Amino acid sequence: MSNLLRIESISKAYASKVALSDVSFDVHEGVIVGLLGPNGAGKTTLIRIINQITIPDSGRVFFKENLINTNDVIRFGYLPEERGLYKKMKVGEQALYLSQLKGMNRKEALIELKKWFEKFEIATWWDKKVEELSKGMQQKVQFIISVLHKPSVLIFDEPFSGFDPINANLIKQELLQMKKDGVTILLSTHNMASVEELCDEIVLINSSKNVLNGKVNQIKQEYKEHLFEVIFTGFVNVIEMAHRYQYEIISNEPIENGQRVVLKLLDKTVSTNVLIQALLQVGNIVSFKELLPTMDDIFIKVVNQTNN
Amino acid sequence: MAALFIVPAWIANLEDDEDKLIAVVDSSRLFQHILPETDKIHFIYLNKGTVNDAEKEIAKNHYYAVLYIPPTVLSTPIVTMSSPKQPSLAVRMHIMSSLKSQIESFKLIKKEIDPEVIQSVKTDVKVGVIKLNDDGTREVKSSDLQMVIGFVGGFLIYIFIFMYGAQVMRGVIEEKTNRIVEVIISSVKPFQLMMGKIIGIALVGLTQFLIWGVLTFSIVSIASSVMMKNNHLIDKQIQGVSLMEKNSNQVANNVQTDFSESEVSVIFESIKDIDFGVMIFSFLFYFIFGYLMYSALFAAIGGAVDNDADTQQFMLPITIPLILSIVLISNIINNPEGPIAFWFSMIPLTSPVVMMVRIPFGVPWTQVMLSASILIATFIFTTWLAGKIYKTGILLYGKKVTYKDLYKWIRYKN
Repeated sequence: MSNLLRIESISKAYASKVALSDVSFDVHEGVIVGLLGPNGAGKTTLIRIINQITIPDSGRVFFKENLINTNDVIRFGYLPEERGLYKKMKVGEQALYLSQLKGMNRKEALIELKKWFEKFEIATWWDKKVEELSKGMQQKVQFIISVLHKPSVLIFDEPFSGFDPINANLIKQELLQMKKDGVTILLSTHNMASVEELCDEIVLINSSKNVLNGKVNQIKQEYKEHLFEVIFTGFVNVIEMAHRYQYEIISNEPIENGQRVVLKLLDKTVSTNVLIQALLQVGNIVSFKELLPTMDDIFIKVVNQTNN
Repeated sequence: MAALFIVPAWIANLEDDEDKLIAVVDSSRLFQHILPETDKIHFIYLNKGTVNDAEKEIAKNHYYAVLYIPPTVLSTPIVTMSSPKQPSLAVRMHIMSSLKSQIESFKLIKKEIDPEVIQSVKTDVKVGVIKLNDDGTREVKSSDLQMVIGFVGGFLIYIFIFMYGAQVMRGVIEEKTNRIVEVIISSVKPFQLMMGKIIGIALVGLTQFLIWGVLTFSIVSIASSVMMKNNHLIDKQIQGVSLMEKNSNQVANNVQTDFSESEVSVIFESIKDIDFGVMIFSFLFYFIFGYLMYSALFAAIGGAVDNDADTQQFMLPITIPLILSIVLISNIINNPEGPIAFWFSMIPLTSPVVMMVRIPFGVPWTQVMLSASILIATFIFTTWLAGKIYKTGILLYGKKVTYKDLYKWIRYKN
């Protein structure tokens, strides 16, 4: 995996507040990177800096090992957070115009647009005015416009806002397909569930600083609390279970036909096999799995830590 | 635009096409059958009965009004007109002027003065303006035409700057409130977007102006040929009014003919004088650069605010110089070489309108060049300024911007 984008000590201050201070990270080619952070953390500023819309006070952005320039950015697909369309223009006309701004010629834009409109089942909207469409419908059109010119880099700011679950899923599937095709995607979102589904890596920005950055799997391992969920059926010898020294019982609740127990491993040198062997003696195990923290948990934990 | 001129003229013509029969009760017995009539105004002289009798029969006899001339009219010139409706101004004017000239000539006769003598001493003084050129040649000039051309040219520039400038501003606000602006500036630079908007609307404006010009010209020429007939009627009315005077002062008229002929030729001379190439060129120049300068400022306002309502506070400093230049037009027409005319045609915010008013009167080319260069320089400056404000403003939502903020934005590096 080579570096496609390198963000190097970016700082940006506005008159009243610091938006970014010394933020650095790499974006590898062909992965989906989630750009996370609370409201006002500086995500949108960072995205605008990568897009050359805002100039940073200091720091540099590299694209394929060279300083990024406007021509690179024009080839990116960009869906800003504050997005819209000309209300009085027709959908098809406008899509054609905006894709020509991205450097496509009219003919290929027309062919590609027809393809996408068929795929998203919105071919009948072509001659409608934008103001006749609902917000979600407009988002669909905007999504198509941002990916139409087959960019190698996609930058999406809150792409799922305004979508119903069906359409949000449609967009997710498209993003995964594009990732398979080698497109690099930078995704800013508050929707942690979609981060778990889509992202390979994350960058977490809090109060203008990069506070957590890395592969989703590794981060989950780092932040895991050695919790295990065990489900038994039938009789559970709770007293026997409580006498074990390797773990501590976090919760113990009856469920249909059995018992659900969450354990925290105290001695980290103990392997899961040893743990299972010990548990086999207290009851009939139906399932055993490690509980990894969700992105939600990690987000809240890291943000609270850095705020204190 | 053409309709703007033609419709009122047409309506004014429409208004008075009713035949008006006016009953005259003349107790003085001085005005029997001598009041001049027109196509629409006719008099019937009632010798029997009183005013009251005539008034009672107004409806029956379809009189428009009853005119009562008291016996004392020569000493106290007051007559009364009674009518069920308000008599029109035209009718009153007609009666007033006919009675006036009649009474005047009666008085003269009474004092044994020949009315012709009075007419022959009436004098109309004209001032012929001769312009002494630098090369020693002399030109006969009439400034009436220059006044009209200057006024119309200046006023058109004012209207266009306002109209299309506001259109630029609304366009920018629309892009901002539609939230499309960030989508577009990921493809083009903000400055390009702003200039594209300004130049695009300028081209729309010029096209519209061209269409208006062609339409106005053709409609006016069609309308004037259609109205020719009506105009003849009006002419006759006017002739009717002054018929009496004219009959009695043939001599004087003959004397005046020479003057008026030369006056007409001076006006023709001054039409030839005005170089329409220069006029059109300077109109286009001051329109285009005045517009570019102002619309950059309008675009900056549009970029800085969130909606139309917030534009007020920033509009004021832009509209004041524009309105000031319109207010100054009459002053400048009176004295196109004076200090006010000079300075306001140099100040770039007023020069497009003010210089346009001055040019038909003839302005030294050094002044035109100076004013034009200042205007171009200011245009470059305002565009740079607007670019800075615009770039920061268009990405900022939901904040009420103050002048202090604008100053900060201008000072941002890059």
